Amino acid sequence: MSAETYSVPQAAARLRFIDRVNPVSRLAAAMLLTTPLLLTVDWVSAATALVIQLVLFALAGVTLPTLLRRAWPILIAAPVAGVSMLLYGQPSGEEYWTFWLARITDGSIELAVAVTVRVLAIGLPAVLLFMHVDPTELADGLAQVWHLPSRFVLGALAGARLVGLFIEDWQAMSLSRRARGIGDHGTVRRFATMAFALLVLAIRRGSKLATAMEARGFGSEVPRTWARESRVGWPDLVLVVLAVTIAAVSIASAVWAGTFHAVWS
Amino acid sequence: MSRSSAPAPAAIEARGWGWRHASRLRPAVEKLDLRIHPGERVLLLGPSGAGKSTLLHALAGVHGGDDEGEEYGELMVDGVAPSAARGRAGLVLQDPDSQVILARVGDDVAFGCENLGVPRDEIWPRVRRALADVGLELPLEHPSSALSGGQKQRLALAGAIAMRPGLLLLDEPTANLDPDGVREVRDAVGRVLERTRATLVVVEHRVDVWVDLVERVVVLGRDGRLIADGTPGVVLVEQRRELLDAGVWVPGVPLPGAVAFDVTGQATAATESGSAGRSAIEHALTARGLAIGRRANAVVQRGLELDVAAGASTVITGPNGVGKSTLALTAGGLLRPLEGRVEASAALASGLKREPIAWRSRELLTRIGTVFQEPEHQFVASTVEGELAVGLRALRLDDVAIAARVHELLERLRLDHLARANPFTLSGGEKRRLSVAAVLATRPSVLILDEPTFGQDRSTWIELTALLRELVDDGLALVSVTHDAAFIARLGDERIVLAASTAREFA
Repeated sequence: MSAETYSVPQAAARLRFIDRVNPVSRLAAAMLLTTPLLLTVDWVSAATALVIQLVLFALAGVTLPTLLRRAWPILIAAPVAGVSMLLYGQPSGEEYWTFWLARITDGSIELAVAVTVRVLAIGLPAVLLFMHVDPTELADGLAQVWHLPSRFVLGALAGARLVGLFIEDWQAMSLSRRARGIGDHGTVRRFATMAFALLVLAIRRGSKLATAMEARGFGSEVPRTWARESRVGWPDLVLVVLAVTIAAVSIASAVWAGTFHAVWS
Repeated sequence: MSRSSAPAPAAIEARGWGWRHASRLRPAVEKLDLRIHPGERVLLLGPSGAGKSTLLHALAGVHGGDDEGEEYGELMVDGVAPSAARGRAGLVLQDPDSQVILARVGDDVAFGCENLGVPRDEIWPRVRRALADVGLELPLEHPSSALSGGQKQRLALAGAIAMRPGLLLLDEPTANLDPDGVREVRDAVGRVLERTRATLVVVEHRVDVWVDLVERVVVLGRDGRLIADGTPGVVLVEQRRELLDAGVWVPGVPLPGAVAFDVTGQATAATESGSAGRSAIEHALTARGLAIGRRANAVVQRGLELDVAAGASTVITGPNGVGKSTLALTAGGLLRPLEGRVEASAALASGLKREPIAWRSRELLTRIGTVFQEPEHQFVASTVEGELAVGLRALRLDDVAIAARVHELLERLRLDHLARANPFTLSGGEKRRLSVAAVLATRPSVLILDEPTFGQDRSTWIELTALLRELVDDGLALVSVTHDAAFIARLGDERIVLAASTAREFA
């Protein structure tokens, strides 16, 4: 490494510790943390995980406004999932209210709480761990740390950049349909002509991009070097260990409290 | 940085070389014999379809294998096949948007070096050097999406020269740029060649951009064979007729037509009917206190005034990003004004509300027609004749009337031999003619064009401007967004110059 090494400035770096972790390790941590939580539907394991997560994220510098701004879709989805469980979840125990198919019972209340907390416990770390993740850094990590094929990773990275152009294409095409006199009726047909045109444009842009990449030596036999080094170190290890620990503690607490309820049973 | 950063310039040799695309019957290039010496600077000319791009792509080694086409004869860069000489050639293509590979400027330039296996310590000095060479002195982490067209093309050039190629291949690198962008790119290429002495092959319709930079002109014919080769002074004179027929913009050849113009874009004569008609006729469209933008929270211009006269041509000019297209779309009743209003004359509205944005899509057809910058954005039918009939069908005309009008337009715009072709498969010039014809089909009183001459060859240009002049003289109100000085000279009866967030109106 020389003084010429290029460091990516973290303009939006506001998280302690997490920002020092390689994006691929964050991905691994998120998977290790949330997969065990998918195996059981009880409120104890989810609540345990959620409480530990909230404490740790708060320590990392996630404030309430940040949480609301970043995670609002999950904060909305969780109670919505809960309410549907409340009304339609497997009934058991005392029944409090019923209307046609909807029945609120002891069992459905417990299920509603469990599901709400679980959606939060799974959704929040996924969102917060990937705050400020730069797609280029993620690609660097996938190719250099996880050794996924660079052709695939870089192709996907470059291709994803075309999405912005497709959105502009779509907007221009919507306006043009009005100008062409076919904006009043036939939404389905209009949509079909736009979808076809977008497909043609997408293929054309994609093949031009592929040519441009190939002209820069992409896909040649020469072993590739990496201008940006993607590294993992002790912060990565700490985050992954934390994730496994949280998962283990939450499952263990559910077993200890006798609420563990595997999804397959 | 004094390390030997300039590689040896490359030599090119073609011996009976040809290439046939897998989907075509006829070869794009045939029996080409050509030698280009190291360090030579060559301008490659010819009509569209003459295989110029094919040759460039082959030299860059990006043609792929046997499934993409069939190769004849020999083509060599420094005595070996181009695909075996990866990195010897750097290629810059026409479309700025499709060449940006990575999200940050520095990473994008580094991409080619990485693929060539350049050690990391050497990559970043190369990147900085390349960016300085093309005059793109931006932070390495600057987002590549936030660049202008000219900057994107210079970024692509930097990405190519960071690979230290001995051969620079440019495939119409300035066709999609405004005049500032064209100058930026041409000057950057000049600086790069000055320093690296690399061999250059450039394909471009606009000869004047490159003529001072090249020392040799090679012309390919319509059948993909070489028809002329020599110094610019000789070839441009001897082959003038062929080049003009091929749509090449040969410098110093005046455009046919009544209105003379000079390069500053000042019209030296105004047409009679244009000026006479104007005072008598009410403005077809007016706007006062207009604020425009594509979204409610993104105002690009405020306090605009606009008067569009029937029987006159109005041009809207100004630098990139000041909202020219947005103004055109707003005037055309496609985007809602964010403040103020656009009003049609009573005659134009003919019984409808005065604001075009309140009209139904079908009601726009005979009143205001809008031709989009990208023809593909407005194509909706699967054949050329179907495309011309779209508006007529929306107006519920009978089949006989539709057929007659379609036939008339096909002939007028020389599209009759393509009547059953799919619009997406046409050439650039044909697409432009079709997009204009399809909007003219319903005879709108006001016609709005966004960059109608962008990237067009000389033949299409002449045809289009002659048609538009004729329509305006017959009473059409024409509004065009354009950067094209020759177009402004010919059709700039009224001129509106948009500047960054203020607008001035010229009489």
